[in-house]
Amino acid sequence: MNGLDLTGLTVMPSQVWGGVRLVPLVRTEPVPGLRLHHEIYDRAIGEVQVGPRAHYLSYVPHGFIADWSGDGGQQAAYGSRLAPSADGGADCVPVRMHHRLAKRRRSKGVSEQRLRFLPLHLALEGYLALHFGGPSVVWDEWSQQAVRQGLSPRAEAAYAGWQVPGLGQALRIFEIHPGQCGVLVYTADSLAAAFVVPHPDDYRALHPSLIEDLYGELVYQYAHFSGDVPDFEVRIGGERHIRTLADLRLAARGQERNWVQGHDALMSARLLGPSYRFDRVYRMDRFALWRFLPSFSRSEPEQHIGEAICDHRGRVAYLKTFRLSDAQIRRGHLLDRLHDHDWHLDRTAEAMGVSRTQLVRRVEDAGFGSLLKHGAERASAR
Amino acid sequence: MAGTAGTVADLIAAEDVLLFVNAAVTSTGQREFHSGAGEQRLSLAFLHEYVRINYRPLYAAVLALDINDHNAARIVVDLLRTADEATSAQKRSEGRLIAARLAALPPQRVYRVFRALRTAGVNNRRTRAIQRDWLAARPDLGHDAVKYRSGLKTVARHAHQPLGSELGNFLFRPGKTARYADARLDAYRRARYEQGAIYELPFTVAEGFAAKHGVPRALFLERIAPRMTRLERLRTQRSTGMPTDLTAMPLTRLALFVLSLSRQERHARRTELTGALRAAAARVAGPHAGGWGRVSAVLDDSYSSSGSGVKRRRPLAVALGAHFLLEALAGSYRAHWLSGGSDALLVRPWGPSPLGTRVLDALEDSPDRLVIVSDGWDNAPPGLAGEVLRIWRTRLDGERRTSVVHLNPVYDADAFDVRRLAPSVPTAGVRDAEDLAALVEIAQFAEGRTGLPELLAYLDRRADAFLTGRGGDER
Repeated sequence: MNGLDLTGLTVMPSQVWGGVRLVPLVRTEPVPGLRLHHEIYDRAIGEVQVGPRAHYLSYVPHGFIADWSGDGGQQAAYGSRLAPSADGGADCVPVRMHHRLAKRRRSKGVSEQRLRFLPLHLALEGYLALHFGGPSVVWDEWSQQAVRQGLSPRAEAAYAGWQVPGLGQALRIFEIHPGQCGVLVYTADSLAAAFVVPHPDDYRALHPSLIEDLYGELVYQYAHFSGDVPDFEVRIGGERHIRTLADLRLAARGQERNWVQGHDALMSARLLGPSYRFDRVYRMDRFALWRFLPSFSRSEPEQHIGEAICDHRGRVAYLKTFRLSDAQIRRGHLLDRLHDHDWHLDRTAEAMGVSRTQLVRRVEDAGFGSLLKHGAERASAR
Repeated sequence: MAGTAGTVADLIAAEDVLLFVNAAVTSTGQREFHSGAGEQRLSLAFLHEYVRINYRPLYAAVLALDINDHNAARIVVDLLRTADEATSAQKRSEGRLIAARLAALPPQRVYRVFRALRTAGVNNRRTRAIQRDWLAARPDLGHDAVKYRSGLKTVARHAHQPLGSELGNFLFRPGKTARYADARLDAYRRARYEQGAIYELPFTVAEGFAAKHGVPRALFLERIAPRMTRLERLRTQRSTGMPTDLTAMPLTRLALFVLSLSRQERHARRTELTGALRAAAARVAGPHAGGWGRVSAVLDDSYSSSGSGVKRRRPLAVALGAHFLLEALAGSYRAHWLSGGSDALLVRPWGPSPLGTRVLDALEDSPDRLVIVSDGWDNAPPGLAGEVLRIWRTRLDGERRTSVVHLNPVYDADAFDVRRLAPSVPTAGVRDAEDLAALVEIAQFAEGRTGLPELLAYLDRRADAFLTGRGGDER
């Protein structure tokens, strides 16, 4: 698997509010055998156990539950419920423990056909854990901290949806299409996030969850500084040839097709075009939960990380993406190249066509300065 | 000012006034689906000031139109507040319009107007005379003293109106009089101690006393029933289970009530509800019933027609009311709901707004009239409705066999007007489906084919009808 396959999803005309454009994705029929619903956590700050002795703290407003039992008994949950009043004191931040990012649900000791996972955390962890362990060979230039703890701290800043200007209002007034199973969110006409679910009812229930999701800093900045984006208004040309109502209807249909083609070519190509590195997290019957990372190549302007549930033919049933900022892409690129050359500074510098001093500066600029020993740029290669 | 100043200025004046009329019909300064209350109020305040300063006689004349109560009250206050800007002849005609409008407004609105006048520090002779005349025309001041106590108190104090010793004591020296001759005032006095007395009071006042005495809600509603107004009865109908006579309700009110019921309930009471809606529509249509020829309608039941928390389902209710009214007015009638549904009684605000496609469907019926009731947000795809209507007008129907009218129940605060679909299609704001016929008339001015003289004549006509009492009660 190296690309996203959105077969079965049709683009409908976008709805614009200020700098935010929402493009609905409609399925003619829902994906059989898989449903998604979410559980809301009363404590938005969660501690997630990712390994035997590894935990991280993060903003986790809700988890998704993928249900492939297919018995239809588990329907999409209603949007919200009343949480009991927080018993923790006001002066501390309550934390909820999540065991594992993706965890199969058990009921009375029997594992169910249901999987709980934390949306976007798989993808983010995939990005943060990019070469989690740090140097695989103990080169002189790397500090003891880098060797023992790897790339630490692993932290990325993100904005919650309600902090992105205009997004809340855009989601509120958005008119959901019948059969809609997904949405593409654009800010300043640049793709901010893609969200796809298997069933229209799931989408209806999960649509408000978009406001609680994480968005990259680029999305926030674009929404903050961009003006209103223009609506793609229909313009029917060639009126001279329209003589009957049927001609007019034909022309209108043509305009709708134009929008779909224009959108696919102009806007979503940057999501679907590039190839990704996929990493399977969990397999459930005919479906598999994947996370993916972009190529981090410097030539691609927009890069997304994300997670997807695909069926056995590779078609996407669930998709959620996170737009990386340029700085994040640069960091990923740098770590990628270091990994390719076993974290050997000289070989990496040579491969990247820069001097060793420049490479060290780049590592420091990327925020990884503490991993290098003082004076690493002067230490000679062994 | 008509005619002499040049046609461009005339056109602008006509456009400005129509803009204002649309706003005054649709906006109530409350939250709408797309814009917040603050934006609405700001936008409306600007329009009021602009029109008042530039076209003062027209500003006053708008009182004679079917504008909503919020704007009527605002115009009254603004006119009285800025009386020094008017000539004496203008003042005279304004005074008559104001008096007629106040008589048509619900009393709680009028008391609010008087309070606003007090806040604004307006207390000239003319204002006092207007207040005196209005109070003199009230049928039962005892009732007002109980139900609108603070309102009556404010106006009596502000306008120095003597109210008679008993009313004066009731309002200003409570507890002084041991017993009132007026039964209502006495019931109010006794209601503090005696449960039986609360059932002699108006419903809203009695409600407070019932809560104070801890009367069970069901028992209270049952015993107060004869004192309730029609609307209060309708509002509490769900909890009391008492059947209400729906056939006497006004059309849009009734549509709002129908939409407040669940779909199952609407389905179960189909004959009753449809009958009531048809009866209300037939009453509005009156002598024009069946006289409109072939009519097609495009009606908006997209998600945005759900309105806002304060104007819940208003746009959808207008569409539903218009559906039944057009059915009564038309010789043959076809409705096209945006959702594609055909059962008007079960409509719900749901899904996108494919206006363009539905307009095409409606034009295929080759109707004499096409009526579009929509908030003007066209999103699937955006702008298609405008293009379809433009090409229809320029290429396919140059002879204007079909007249197209767009009625919009939502004021767009950003554009200072209701949203239009196409420049060639006349658009008018609508608040109550009952006004549909009158609005279709005013919409023709918006097309730009008739100028200011015609508009002035129309306004004069409406003002005359309003003052002589023929037009005032049409709504």
